[in-house]
Amino acid sequence: MLTFEAPKELNLKVLQFLYDEDGLAFRFMTDLQAVHYPDNKGRELAVVYHLHSLTENVRIRFKVFTDIQTPDVFSATALFSGANWMERETYDFYGVNFVGHPNLKRILNVDEMDYFPMRKEFPLEEQTRVDKDDDMFGR
Amino acid sequence: MARPVQYNIYGQTDVKLVKEGPEGYMGEGFFGTSLDKVVGLARKNSIWPLPFATSCCGIEFMATMGSHYDLARFGSERVGFSPRQCDLLMVMGTIAKKMAPVVKQVYLQMAEPRWVLAMGACASSGGIFDTYSVLQGIDQIIPVDVYIPGCPPRPEAVIDGIMKIQDLIGKESLRRRNSDKYKQLMESYGIQ
Repeated sequence: MLTFEAPKELNLKVLQFLYDEDGLAFRFMTDLQAVHYPDNKGRELAVVYHLHSLTENVRIRFKVFTDIQTPDVFSATALFSGANWMERETYDFYGVNFVGHPNLKRILNVDEMDYFPMRKEFPLEEQTRVDKDDDMFGR
Repeated sequence: MARPVQYNIYGQTDVKLVKEGPEGYMGEGFFGTSLDKVVGLARKNSIWPLPFATSCCGIEFMATMGSHYDLARFGSERVGFSPRQCDLLMVMGTIAKKMAPVVKQVYLQMAEPRWVLAMGACASSGGIFDTYSVLQGIDQIIPVDVYIPGCPPRPEAVIDGIMKIQDLIGKESLRRRNSDKYKQLMESYGIQ
C-alpha cells in the first residue's frame, strides 16, 4: 500500500486534495489512529489516516508526525464525519489534541482516567493490584 | 424384594436425596423449630438468580440452566432480569472498569437480603486481563459471598457454588443484616 507523509500543518489540505481531485476521489476514511514512537525525538506521535477510493478501488495510508509536547493536529471531522469517533478514540488512547473537533472527550476508557494508556511510558499492567505475584504474572 | 431404585428411605440406605431438615421437635403431624431456621430453609431453596453475564462464563451458566445440569433442581429455575426481585447477583465474566458502576448500581437496586456470587477468574480477580481497562475483581466494588474458580468453570463448579450459597443462606441469622459487622462491611464499600 502506498504510504506517504506530510507536515502536520498540511494534513487537511492533503486530505482535501485527495478527496476532490478527479481520478483520485479518496472519499472514504476507513481508519484513523495514532502510533507512539518514544525514541523519535520531536516527532513521537504519528497520526495515520487510511483512505479508500471507491471509484478507483485504491487504498492509501497517509501519516503526519507531531511532537508529543504539543500534540495538536487539525481535525478531519469537517471532511469525514466518520472521523469523529475515531479521533475521540485516538485522543483517548494517545492524547492527540484534534484542533477543531466538536466533542473531543474520552470515548472508550473511563472518564476519570488521567493518562493516555497507549503511550509507551505507561505500563500495560494494572498498577492498583497488590495481591498478584509479579513472578507468576511475568511482569 | 429390594427396591430397584433407592430414594428417600431414611435409615435403610446410604442414598439421601433429600437432606435432613433443621433441628427441632417432631411428633405425629407437627414439627417445631426456630423461625430463622424455617426462613433459612425457605430462602435457600427458592433463590432467584440475577445473571450478569459478560463473557464465556455466561455460556457455561447457560449450560448450567439447561436440562442436562438443570439448576432448577436447586430451586433456582426462575432466573430474573430485574434486580428488584432477585436474591443472588451472579457476576460472570470480565468486568471492565467502565462497567463497574453498572454492576454496583445493579447491586444497589437489589433488595436485602442479597447475595453475590463471582463466577470465574475474571470476576474474581481480573483473571488474565491484568490491564489498565479491566476491574481486578468485583470485590473491589461490591462484597462477594462465594467465588467460583475456573476459566471458565464447568457447570458442576457453578452448581457447587450455588450449593455453597445455599449453605450460607440457610445458616444466616435473621439479624445478620442489622449487625455492626455487616454495616461496617457495607460502609467499607461506600454503600448505605
